[in-house]
Order: sequence, then C-alpha cells, then structure tokens
Amino acid sequence: MAAHDANLSLGRRMKAPAATRTRHLRKWGLPVETLVLGLTLALWIVMALTTSTFLTANNLVNILRQVSIDSIIAFGVLFPILIRGIDLSVGSVVALSGVVCATLLTAGLPIPLAIGVTLLLGVAIGSLNAFAVYRLGIPAFIITLAGLQAFRGGAFLVSDGTSVFGLPKALSTFARAEWLGIPSLFWSMLVIGLVLHFILSRTRTGRYMVAMGSNHESARRAGINIKRIVFFAYIISSVTACIAGMLLMARMSIGSPTAGVAYELNAIAAAVVGGASLFGGRGSVLGTFIGALLFATIANAANLLGIDSFWQMVATGVLIAAVVYVDNLHKRRQSGVK
Amino acid sequence: MSLLEVRELKKRFGAVEVLCGVDLALEAGEVLAVVGDNGAGKSTLIKHISGVYRRDSGDIALSGEAVSFDSPKEARRAGIETVYQDLALADELSVGANIFLGREPIRRWLGLLPVIDRGRIQQETQRLIDSIESHIPDGATTVAGLSGGQRQAVAIARALYWDAKVVILDEPTAALAVMERENVIKLSRMLAAKGVGVIYIGHNLVEILEVADRIAVMYRGRIVHVTRSEETTQEELIKYMTGYSERQENAA
Repeated sequence: MAAHDANLSLGRRMKAPAATRTRHLRKWGLPVETLVLGLTLALWIVMALTTSTFLTANNLVNILRQVSIDSIIAFGVLFPILIRGIDLSVGSVVALSGVVCATLLTAGLPIPLAIGVTLLLGVAIGSLNAFAVYRLGIPAFIITLAGLQAFRGGAFLVSDGTSVFGLPKALSTFARAEWLGIPSLFWSMLVIGLVLHFILSRTRTGRYMVAMGSNHESARRAGINIKRIVFFAYIISSVTACIAGMLLMARMSIGSPTAGVAYELNAIAAAVVGGASLFGGRGSVLGTFIGALLFATIANAANLLGIDSFWQMVATGVLIAAVVYVDNLHKRRQSGVK
Repeated sequence: MSLLEVRELKKRFGAVEVLCGVDLALEAGEVLAVVGDNGAGKSTLIKHISGVYRRDSGDIALSGEAVSFDSPKEARRAGIETVYQDLALADELSVGANIFLGREPIRRWLGLLPVIDRGRIQQETQRLIDSIESHIPDGATTVAGLSGGQRQAVAIARALYWDAKVVILDEPTAALAVMERENVIKLSRMLAAKGVGVIYIGHNLVEILEVADRIAVMYRGRIVHVTRSEETTQEELIKYMTGYSERQENAA
C-alpha cells in the first residue's frame, strides 16, 4: 500500500518525462525486440568478419530457409500465448500434417486437394484444443501436451512408422525456388506473417486477444465473445503448424513422422525472446520473427564454427533466461517499482 | 417517475437470503450512495442492476419500463454502466483501446477489410480526457503505466463517453491515495451534472457525505434508511449500518 502511494506521487511529479519516454519507446519499438535485434546483428557482424563462409549468398539463403519454417510455427504459437494459453502440440502437428499430406499425394490426390484436406485437419486439431480448453476446462498446457504425444503417434500410424516417399516433383521445385534471390519459403513466411500481423494490430479479433490475455475479466465484461477468440487462437496455431509441416515436407521431399521434434519449444522460445509474455497480453509477429532469426543465426554460426551442438543448446537456454530477465527488469523500472 | 426503480427485489443463495425485498429509486442527475457493512448486500444489489445476477423476484424499471437483463452486456446496451472495484481494464491496451473495448469504431481498409478506426479512437479519447481534466498524459499510453486514480478516471471516462443513463461506481476510491479520492469525487459530480444517475457504493462515510445527494443504508439485505446527505450525520448512518436503531425500535 505504501509502495503504491509512493508510486502515485512519483508518477505525478514525473508526469512529463514519463510521457516523453513512452513516446520515445513507441518510436523505437519495444526495448526487448530492439535488444534481440541488436544481438542478432552483432552476431552477423562478428560472423561476417571472422569467417569466410558466413557472408556467402548460399549460407544466407540457408538461414532464410531455416528461419522461414521456424517463424511460421512461432507466429502460430504466439496466438495461444497472447490469450494466456499455450500450444505444445505444434511440433507433432508439423509431423502429422507432413505425413498426411504426403500420403494423400502418393495416393494420387491432386496437390491443391491434398493441401486443402491437410489445412482442414489443422482446423480440426485447433478446434479440438480450443474445445478442451474452453468447454472442458482442461488447462491448455495439459491438453496440448497430450496432443504432443497423440499427434506424434498419429503421424507414425499414418505412415506405418516410416517416411512417405514419392512426392510430386512440383513440390520440391517450389521449395527450392527463389524469386528476386529470396527463397520461396521466405516469401511464404512473409505473407503469413503480414496477414497475422494485420489481424493482430488492426482488427477487433486481434485486439480482443490482447484484451483477453491482459485481463480476462475486463474482456468478458466488455461483452467480448471469449469462445470465438479461444477457437480463433488455437485454430491459427494448428493451421500455421500444418502449413509449416507441408513446407518442410516439400523441402525434404518426404513426409517424415519424426519431423518437427521439439519445434514447439523453439517456437515458444522465439515468441518469448521476441517480447511475448507467457502471462498473456503481450507479443508481436515482428518480435517473434526477430526471435526466430536470432536462434537460426546461432544454429548456423555454431554449425559453421564447428561448435558442438550440445553447447548450442546450452547457449540457447541461457539466452532465453537472460533476455526474459532483462525484459522484466526494464518493465519493473518503467512501472516505477524498485 | 424515477430514472431507475427497484421494487421488492429478492435473492437467495442456497439457504442464505441475501436480498430480502429491496426498494430503491434513483433520479437522473443525482449521486445516490449505498452504504452498509460487509455482507449487507450492496454488491449483490448492484450486480442485479448491472445484469450479473438474475433476481428471484421483484421488479427493476429503467425510465419507467420494466427491464430484465440476462447479461452485463444487455444492461450496458440499455444504458447502465458499471465501474467495478477492480476497474477491469486491460493493462496491455492503451487508454483509448480500453474506453472503446468491445465497441470499436470500424472502417473499411482499402474499402474492403473491416479494421479498427484507430484515428477516430485516438481523437475521441483525447477530447474525452481533456474534458475530464484527469491528468492522463496521453490517450495512447498503455493502462499498465497509470496510477490508481488515473485508471479510475479511465473507467469513469468510459461510462461518460457511452452516454450512460445510470453509472454504478463500486467502491471507486478503495485503493486510492487521498489526493486522488478528490478527483474521483469530482468526476462523480461531473457525471451527475450531465444528468446521469450515479449509484455510489462506499465505506468511507466522510467521503460519502461529501459526494452524495442522498444516502441509502443497507442492513442485512434490506434498505433500512434513506436520507438527504445534508440532513444526516456519520453517527446516524453508523446506527443504521450496525442495526442499532432497528434493535432500539424493536425494544420500544
């Protein structure tokens, strides 16, 4: 209480500077995103100066390809996170959608139809998660953890435990294609990212997700259709995972039941490092992309430098903890709590 | 005809009768304070008016017409706004986004896609916060950075903007510093001056006597006393709140 009161008087005295500061921050974007972007750029500069292999067209295109699929999954996962939920099933959905689409294609279904059916599968999985969370009251963490197991199992069942070969040539041609020197996968990511960014920042649905994650009760009292928002968030998450699964399938030319293991954790890490809060209400598509770019850069750098991939995992973990800590520190300072 | 009339309102939760026949009339342009000890039924009463609870029996009439709300949303549409004790603002959204939450003006992007008209929200919000002189720096600030009093002002501004007929303020100063209390009292009077009927729930009798035109005292699920604030004292109010005067009457 005393701290609260002190806060008030502090706020009044510092009113003008506080206002300028917010304007300043808005102009330069969220601090944590700027920090992560700075880290990424620093890593790029160091790598460009110390190795001859990093700054080659081939390697950069490789990073872009890698970051594309990671980002698409992370964009999707951002939506449940925004409403204070989570989706741990996306890695398994990547595998399931890959083998389902591949199986349909090898059975002779035309490409658009196979893609359509796989997307519908995504809608169904998302609806199932949302139903469990909204109607049955199962915590998102638990139901999507169950999904992580079940959909992986489903992927093995559909593919009979092996990879599905013999995909149409057009798919791998697409996955390798470049327009204006930029890989088609990256273009796909851009389109999906822009659409999701648009939804989040410009539409009522996007605003209601932030409102709901920020204060569930205020959203309910404002007359927001909570059910619709919950379904929307989980369907977005599953459908983007399906899109990523099909892109990965196209890139590898196989539908593999072991694809996408632990991708859900990378996706969540990218969103969180990019400024999303696991307590809901905070996060952006751009920040998530920057987060994914940092992780893709670290993986690529470690690869080029021949650093043990175990160290890479340790570094990633430390980084997540550090970034979230710095972000919290900043937020606490901003709100005046010492 | 009163703006809002409550007649013989009854509500029972299991074995407990929380409201045992409440009668209340609210006029346009007045601040009516409802006071009472914890558990007297104040919150339950206002939750019936704001559409959160459904009554067992009794009538509620708004501008002479009988109403029965199934949800807070319906009550809101009829012109009854509630500013809750916990304020119910979304921290991560801006002041403007909170004021317009659930009722965003929409424009067509490229003549096609429905998007939130952010320009209009920004404009209207600025005009609104200028008009209530509440020291909110900027309509685009997120609510997370505001003080308790500023948040209260945002919540009241929301009611003001949407042309509410009735505004219910549930313990609006409960978490505020002394200086900010004055501001809330000023805002409540401003609402009344605009012809809004204000129901003011509170604990602090000094404050109640300052803000209210009339005061209704609740005791054990009934309104036991209604008075003009200039015709009463703290001591008298406390007698009714604690049931002391009722016991006196019974004894007599």
